[in-house]
Amino acid sequence: MPTLIKHADGRFVAAGDVFARLADDEAPPAAGGVIVSLARFHAEGERLLAEGRPVGVAIASGEEVESLAYDLPRIALVALEFAKFRDGRPYSSARILRERLGYAGEVRAVGDVLLEQAPFMVRCGFDAFVPADGAGAQAWEAAARRYRYVYQGAADGRPPAYAEREAL
Amino acid sequence: MYLYDDIDRAMLEDRAAEFRAQSQRRLAGEITEEQFKPLRLMNGLYLQLHAYMLRIAIPYGTLNPAQLRKLAHVARTYDRGYGHFTTRTNLQLHWIKLRDAPTILDELAEVGLHAIQTSGNCIRNLTADPHAGAAADEVDDPRIWAEAIRQWSTFHPEFSFLPRKFKIAITGAPTDRAAIRIYDVGLRLKRDADGVLAFEVRVGGGLGRLPHLGPVIHADLPARHLLSYLQAILRVYNLHGRRDNIHKARIKVLVASLGAEEFAREVEEEWNKTDKAAVDLPDTELARIRGMFAPTGFETLPARSAPFDAARAADPRLARFARRNVTPHKVPGYALVAVSLKEPGETPGDATSEQMELVADLAERYSLSEARVTYEQNLLLPHVKLDDVPAIFAALDRAGLATPNIGLVSDIIACPGLDYCALANARSINIAQAIARRFEDPETAERVGELKIKISGCINACGHHHVGHIGILGVDKKGEEFYQLTLGGADGDDAALGQILGPALPSERVSGAVDQIVEAYLAERHDGERFIDTFRRTGLAPFKEAVYADADQAR
Repeated sequence: MPTLIKHADGRFVAAGDVFARLADDEAPPAAGGVIVSLARFHAEGERLLAEGRPVGVAIASGEEVESLAYDLPRIALVALEFAKFRDGRPYSSARILRERLGYAGEVRAVGDVLLEQAPFMVRCGFDAFVPADGAGAQAWEAAARRYRYVYQGAADGRPPAYAEREAL
Repeated sequence: MYLYDDIDRAMLEDRAAEFRAQSQRRLAGEITEEQFKPLRLMNGLYLQLHAYMLRIAIPYGTLNPAQLRKLAHVARTYDRGYGHFTTRTNLQLHWIKLRDAPTILDELAEVGLHAIQTSGNCIRNLTADPHAGAAADEVDDPRIWAEAIRQWSTFHPEFSFLPRKFKIAITGAPTDRAAIRIYDVGLRLKRDADGVLAFEVRVGGGLGRLPHLGPVIHADLPARHLLSYLQAILRVYNLHGRRDNIHKARIKVLVASLGAEEFAREVEEEWNKTDKAAVDLPDTELARIRGMFAPTGFETLPARSAPFDAARAADPRLARFARRNVTPHKVPGYALVAVSLKEPGETPGDATSEQMELVADLAERYSLSEARVTYEQNLLLPHVKLDDVPAIFAALDRAGLATPNIGLVSDIIACPGLDYCALANARSINIAQAIARRFEDPETAERVGELKIKISGCINACGHHHVGHIGILGVDKKGEEFYQLTLGGADGDDAALGQILGPALPSERVSGAVDQIVEAYLAERHDGERFIDTFRRTGLAPFKEAVYADADQAR
């Protein structure tokens, strides 16, 4: 079982995963949270939500998060899939979710998720991570905090260098 | 010039510490070469044919004496006592040991240098007009904006895994001395109709397999919105650039497939949705950066220097150096002095540690403590009193740095080629050396006039061959080194892609063919025509005839 790391209140902790990731042809369990593909959400989302269960949507690289804009308040989590660690599209998707669409639910990094990406992911607004390289919460936290300063604003609200300079 | 504060220094220290830990894990066998590769590439460390190569960033080509001395020290201590300045104004050290790399980065960080983003699919070290802050035609100092971009793009969380590498060039003058048309983004500062500082923004230029000159997508971007507009460009590219084929992943392919107008519309749409104030630098920060580039230390001098005029009247070698390597400065009584790294017979762009130290000393003593690296692989002293030119010439001359050939046939751009590079098909350096030797006589070179030869050892075009007046591309023909010649390329305001002259030539024919091309030009040229002017008037025919006629007869 891969580890799920969650980020809340500045801490990174290992967490149990209460969601089941359903394949498109897989029947949902009787109860409990599910994560479905974007296509399945568009087809079946209303019914799954009507069952009162938490519903998450998995977005593949190349799919647009904007297509969820009107459903976001009802969606428990958005899982952005890294097909390869070199595929950087989910970073843009995460920022759009947080900064443009105002999404406050969980944004989870899944797929080819590696420790060295931690600082970038946290800055772009991801708050849950399923590392493919088995990295633990402690290592993740250390990587995410490696840099004392940042040069640019992003979804994490950290003040960029120019704001820190003004405060000095 | 820009001085790093505690925050800038902390960024470099944290980076160096991170890389030290990563290298130790690799040397201890805790991670594989495959896992280590992306980490070392993020720090400019490549594995080449014979050894590791470290590519050190020289942001917008500006160096102070302490930095140049540190580069000399690093080259002497950890490499073979020389380094290679590239067309992207970086310095490459080709004989590095992995175990030394973390220490090198620590040493570089001491003087505000690093190898961040000199590799990988991120926003690379950016290049600027080497005459910045000294050119009479400048609208604004491009280094102010280059520094703003440097900070914004460093460890950018969203744009560190782009479809492909991303290179930005910037100029502050109407005359393009930064080759902005061959960059992913090319920026030119201007005043708009109301006198407000603005950028002309080009996107999707580039060479390589699919050469393109970048079209303008915004003619009048208010300068204060530069960063938010760049974010919009990068976001459109990050989301929509091709990732299925490495040869089609650069932004030029996206721009060409959508068309510049549609690409511009998508950027505009994204930009309009952007909270610009959250991205653009506040005026206070721009003012802070601007202050560091404010000119200081210039004296009030007469426009002409009697000692300089007397010295060059007495010494024809100095006179020739002054004609070729000395350019007027915006401040009366000052000049820019080009330091040629193109001594015939040497490797274009290479400088020894002693040469770097000499240029550092001269910069400190005579050039307000500034030196520049040019994309044409030379160095430059940007703020020199005319009175001091004779002394500088004498010092450079003793060190083999005063070849009076800037812009001439022996001022050749060449990539490292098959002597070092794992991607190359053919050597570049030997070809450059053979051509330069042929035109060694400075009088001949000056008679030929402006002629830009650019050599790449493979289609990736690090030597910019597409935009050389004469371009030379190394190709592999059944394991043998052949060279394809193109004519008529140019990279400035009159940028053009070269046209193929004819079948590729074996290596021993190349310098002779250049000679034949030059002879044909001298026979064809009208008064005052540069090579490129003659070519544009005559087309390929006379040159084709000159190079291939004998071969046709032999057939």
